[in-house]
Amino acid sequence: MEKDKVIPGCRLLIIGGSAGSLEVLLKILPPLTSISFSLVIVLHRKSAEDNTLEELIAAKTVVPVTEVEDKTPMLPGYIYIAPSDYHVLFENDDTLSLDTSEKVNYSRPSIDVSFESAADVYGPALCAILLSGANADGTAGLVAVRKAGGTIIVQDPETAGMPFMPNNAIENFIPDMVLNVEEIGEFVRGAIHK
Amino acid sequence: MVNDRELEVLINEIYEYYGYDFSGYSLASFKRRIDRLYNLDGFKNFTEFLSVVRSDEDYFKRMVEEITVNVTEMFRDPLFYKVLRNEVLPVLATKPFIRVWHAGCSTGEEVYSMAILLQEANLLHKSLLYATDLNPTVLDSARKGVFQLRMMKQYSENYIVSGGKKDFSEYYTAHYGLAKFRDELSEKLVFSQHNLVSDRSFNEFDLILCRNVLIYFDKDLQEKALQLFDDSLSKLSYLALGTKETIKFSPMHKRYEQLNREKIWRKIK
Repeated sequence: MEKDKVIPGCRLLIIGGSAGSLEVLLKILPPLTSISFSLVIVLHRKSAEDNTLEELIAAKTVVPVTEVEDKTPMLPGYIYIAPSDYHVLFENDDTLSLDTSEKVNYSRPSIDVSFESAADVYGPALCAILLSGANADGTAGLVAVRKAGGTIIVQDPETAGMPFMPNNAIENFIPDMVLNVEEIGEFVRGAIHK
Repeated sequence: MVNDRELEVLINEIYEYYGYDFSGYSLASFKRRIDRLYNLDGFKNFTEFLSVVRSDEDYFKRMVEEITVNVTEMFRDPLFYKVLRNEVLPVLATKPFIRVWHAGCSTGEEVYSMAILLQEANLLHKSLLYATDLNPTVLDSARKGVFQLRMMKQYSENYIVSGGKKDFSEYYTAHYGLAKFRDELSEKLVFSQHNLVSDRSFNEFDLILCRNVLIYFDKDLQEKALQLFDDSLSKLSYLALGTKETIKFSPMHKRYEQLNREKIWRKIK
């Protein structure tokens, strides 16, 4: 699959990442003007009661960033950020559910949890991107996305601040695309922005 | 992964055999819990799983314990407790008698936290705290007032952030890795089984706390539970939810006033 290929019918893009991912997002997001899909960002973050990450991302994009509360309706054209200390799950009626159950891969929010839940609901209409990180979270989730017919993109480990997470994914299966930071940006802007 | 159809069969069978109604649970979350259990216990196929659930009551008990999430801590979200301490308790203090309901109290950590707040405000003597859960096992544990000693460092930090001024260790006695909380804290606590899905209002309260319970319900069941809370709150009483829960998607929110940006609402009509 080419990076300029249009993914028809992508309704949901989830970007998952851990250490080294924020800087990638801060490069990808500013050039975005509008999106035709919902964008959910699941980053490993310190458990804290503040909204620093939301504020930081909202300051870097004109695409509206919505605070995620339980059963928040997920609309196209908006960015949603997984809150600290909750897993984000996807309901059949396009709402987001939160879950405080045990950590997965030492993480809450866990990328695997969101990928798996979204794969179940959105199938081929899901596009999942896994960025830099230092743990194995994300790989099992991408396997579920693949099984459900979704599109998988992994950040080129050579360009990742922490290559372990993308490497771990690539060792387990062949993603649809392995892209560097600029290419991920182009992909998000172009390929599915139709 | 267990599919939607199988899940429906399971929910129906559980209701028929045990009377527990999970049909209003969040599908995404319930499915994940069932999936996790199914894999954890190494079932080979869904039919086998279903037959064990049906025929083995002990296994069913295990299932209820595993699918209901019991992650909790003392003074969870300490800043929430700070608001309770500084803004809600002074209002409740003017009442001759204070009734509090912890709905979905799990193993009781937040109930004991509340008892500590009330005691420090010199209100515990005229308070009664009802703590309920659908799971009898966690209630047995909550009644004992015994928690893991290794958690006390974290809880003590939470307590301080919540505005606590004392030495937290005054509240418990350490014994072989466990911390037993003082009996005077539990004197005003009443633990009992209550199911938000099927049971009704049983009293009128000045404060209801239901934190990180509604997230496991679908929107209809959330609405039903909120209605139950509304029926159980007198005018000018408070409802407190988890940090990412809201009543703004319910028509009920019109009769409630939110306390700044806190997840605490006051019934005004």
